[in-house]
Amino acid sequence: MWDRNQMAERAAQELEDGWYVNLGIGIPTLVANYVGDKDITLQSENGMLGMGPFPYEGEEDPDLINAGKQTITELKRTAYFDSAQSFGMIRGGKIAAAILGAMEVDEKGDLANWMIPGKLVKGMGGAMDLVAGVGKVIVVMDHTNKHGDSKLLKECTLPLTGKGVVDRIITNLGVLDVVDGGLEIVELADGVSEDELRAATEATIV
Amino acid sequence: MNKIYPDAAAALDGLLHDGMFIAAGGFGLCGIPELLLAAIKDAGTKDLTFASNNAGVDDFGIGILLQTRQVKKMISSYVGENAEFMRQYLSGELELEFNPQGTLAERMRAGGCGIPGFYTKTGVGTVIAEGKEHKDFPTGENGAMETYIMENGIFADLAIVKAWKADETGNLVFRKTARNFNPPAAMCGKTCVVEVEEIVPTGSLDPDQIHLPGIYVHRIIQGEHEKRIEQRTVREKA
Repeated sequence: MWDRNQMAERAAQELEDGWYVNLGIGIPTLVANYVGDKDITLQSENGMLGMGPFPYEGEEDPDLINAGKQTITELKRTAYFDSAQSFGMIRGGKIAAAILGAMEVDEKGDLANWMIPGKLVKGMGGAMDLVAGVGKVIVVMDHTNKHGDSKLLKECTLPLTGKGVVDRIITNLGVLDVVDGGLEIVELADGVSEDELRAATEATIV
Repeated sequence: MNKIYPDAAAALDGLLHDGMFIAAGGFGLCGIPELLLAAIKDAGTKDLTFASNNAGVDDFGIGILLQTRQVKKMISSYVGENAEFMRQYLSGELELEFNPQGTLAERMRAGGCGIPGFYTKTGVGTVIAEGKEHKDFPTGENGAMETYIMENGIFADLAIVKAWKADETGNLVFRKTARNFNPPAAMCGKTCVVEVEEIVPTGSLDPDQIHLPGIYVHRIIQGEHEKRIEQRTVREKA
């Protein structure tokens, strides 16, 4: 089974040299630690390409934050732009991939990650634009929820973020692709058997 | 024509009325028009509708207008940082229209460009698409049809924005990620009031480096900004 960092490391393998990429909050943020020698430019949808690491203490700039409202730094390659242009490049398919967390994914590639009815609704932020616009949507999440129920479903039960948008799912148990007719196992996590992965998956595995 | 006003109250004089629609720049607490928001609080203007990506925090940004119950409706993409907002929303005192972030930005930009509607893939198949016009375009591989929904441009009574520098004619320069929603918000207002950290003499900004031309800007104030940081994250020195 993979831990958070191993999932992030596996997700980083999906990224190709020269790609412009948007990373979501949580485990996806950790992916930046594992890109290695690949030339990857990170987009922050509040208006920045070329996102750098957190600043050193005392060097925080209130005018320089990421989409999670955290203080960050710029790089030599950094470019700034407004929100309309930022989502123009997202909607326009210029961002090669987005790596996002999720509450549920189903076998048709539907994604739910913004709202639980009856609970506090915070908003979708840029998630709906990202999944509708970027080249490849990679979901990184635990295979099951805290009750042990599968998060890879036949059909999402929560309000959708996007319909038929997910390409690949990386969980603590392995890697699956959304294909015609269901999900296809691409890889098993260390020490996980195919039976274990199948048992933890409600979605059809082809 | 003089665009420079002595302070936020003077710059908003004659522009505020109950029930009006205001577009505000800013992302989180970054690049928000904090001086103009404070002046709207002091003016006591009520039943406001705000198009703004976020709603501030309890005691800063649009949050200060929620405390005084001056806001009737928010059009936003994310409001998670504000407990008072949630309380008013859950008790039915406040209307909320969620827009995907890029749709909100483009609605402002479009309104400012005289475009009353546009089609986007964002939100197709979700609650966002309910009740909206759907239309197929041959944008897929080999001309395959793909479904889009229509969203409306925003035409606000007033835009309030924050920039880094302005010249006396209103040409604006923003700083780093504090640009965010400010240019599209500025564009979609019938009148646009801008607060800046520094007003510089006309001619001292490089014309090739203007982020938003002064044609969009009607009134300017210079002032001291708190520029509060929402999430201070740092790394250890190696």
